[in-house]
Amino acid sequence: MSASEIPGDLKFLKSHEWARVEDNGLIRVGISDHAQEALGDLVYVELPEVGAQVQAGNSVATVESVKAASDIYAPVSGEIVEVNENLADKPETINEDAYGDGWLFVVKASDRGELDELLDADAYAEQIENEDH
Amino acid sequence: MTQKTVLNALHRELGARMVDFGGWDMPINYGSQIEEHHAVRRDAGMFDVSHMTVVDLHGARAREFLRHLLANSIDKLKVQGKALYTCMLNEQGGVIDDLIVYLLGDEHFRLVVNAATREKDLAWIEQQAKPFGITVKERPDFAMIAVQGPNARAKVVGLLHDVDRPRIEKLGRFAAAAAQGPHGMPLFIARTGYTGEDGFEIMVPEDQAVALWKELAAAGVAACGLGARDTLRLEAGMNLYGQDMDEDVTPWEAALAWTITLDEGRDFIGRKALEAQKAAGVPRTMVGLVLDEKGVLRHGQKVLTPQGEGEILSGSFAPTLNKSVAFARVPAGVTDNVRVDIRGREVPVRVVKFPFVRDGKACEGI
Repeated sequence: MSASEIPGDLKFLKSHEWARVEDNGLIRVGISDHAQEALGDLVYVELPEVGAQVQAGNSVATVESVKAASDIYAPVSGEIVEVNENLADKPETINEDAYGDGWLFVVKASDRGELDELLDADAYAEQIENEDH
Repeated sequence: MTQKTVLNALHRELGARMVDFGGWDMPINYGSQIEEHHAVRRDAGMFDVSHMTVVDLHGARAREFLRHLLANSIDKLKVQGKALYTCMLNEQGGVIDDLIVYLLGDEHFRLVVNAATREKDLAWIEQQAKPFGITVKERPDFAMIAVQGPNARAKVVGLLHDVDRPRIEKLGRFAAAAAQGPHGMPLFIARTGYTGEDGFEIMVPEDQAVALWKELAAAGVAACGLGARDTLRLEAGMNLYGQDMDEDVTPWEAALAWTITLDEGRDFIGRKALEAQKAAGVPRTMVGLVLDEKGVLRHGQKVLTPQGEGEILSGSFAPTLNKSVAFARVPAGVTDNVRVDIRGREVPVRVVKFPFVRDGKACEGI
């Protein structure tokens, strides 16, 4: 995938989670298209509880594909205010639309400043470019 | 250096995700592994298995040699073209490799062995063959395409020369024959496979493999990667060398007793060790496991039983069953009260007989 196909409004962890600041200030989190492609068909998703407190950089969810299980890290600290319930029955949504309907959870950030630590779309594109070589 | 089959460029053209597979650059999927799995269970799919090693054995004492080399009895092969699945053991009864052997003539047999074990297999076979005066000849000039699924045979037969169709249509299970494919290409067609579905494994001269693949695709056979091949064979209850058995495991411990023939007076390599282990009592056994709750059983996970610990061998999500199944090696006598440590969580699993899937459907009790 080329850099132009990564939505420019997203920020990324090196471990392939994306974070998007929504109009209401909440932060929606998912995994990148590159990550879903590398994992292959997803079969299970384990999400945090709504109301849970999470720490940036800590594992808060798990996605499992046919091939492997993968920890999902919180890009920012705060409270989980919403999780994508649809994934319980349709984990393949992540394969189909990683940056849209395949989102995982929404965090009410306690410190938006943490977002500055994340990679922007160009830097992330560069990272995955380098991984492929 | 990574090796490539003659179909490598075509896989890449088709958008395959490529991975290293025992030193070979092979397609794991062409998009969705699960869709490819279903294509084989419901219709027809094809796999590039050209990385597998084909070895021809020639010599007046070839049959006598194979009586010695193989743990299954070569004397079950009486008719030209018939095939046999067998283990090749070391003196300790450990499995050097599993393979298929074809009877091609009074003094000619063909072996198909695993890609990852190619070098040690060839070295072992050559060493053992010497006293029998057998010529061991690798056949890298063949590519191999497995076409599998309920509609696989019909689609292949449709591509053959008219003269060959009735004969290949009637080809029995575990039998092979030569036939003329599209554009007159000479094919060696075997009614064998590694998916639990009916179908053929086809050897084709390397320079005609791309043409055959394209003809099969045009006939509606879906390109499938080795990812789907792995979930299909696991559901079908078939062992994978290196994961389910190796040189430190005997066939008794790998659910391969059905491939051992202790026929009278036949002194095959490993026989003494097998008989001794059987007499003493086999300490470990390979069982099937089903996980009814969420999660995936995977290779290397610890299995906890009342009789002691074991481990997951092959384990995966099973697309036909929509849940996870596995093979596990556990202490002999385990029947119940088994849990698996999945990433620090102890999850109860059921011990079952395998295959897990037959004729496209879940077996009873799975």
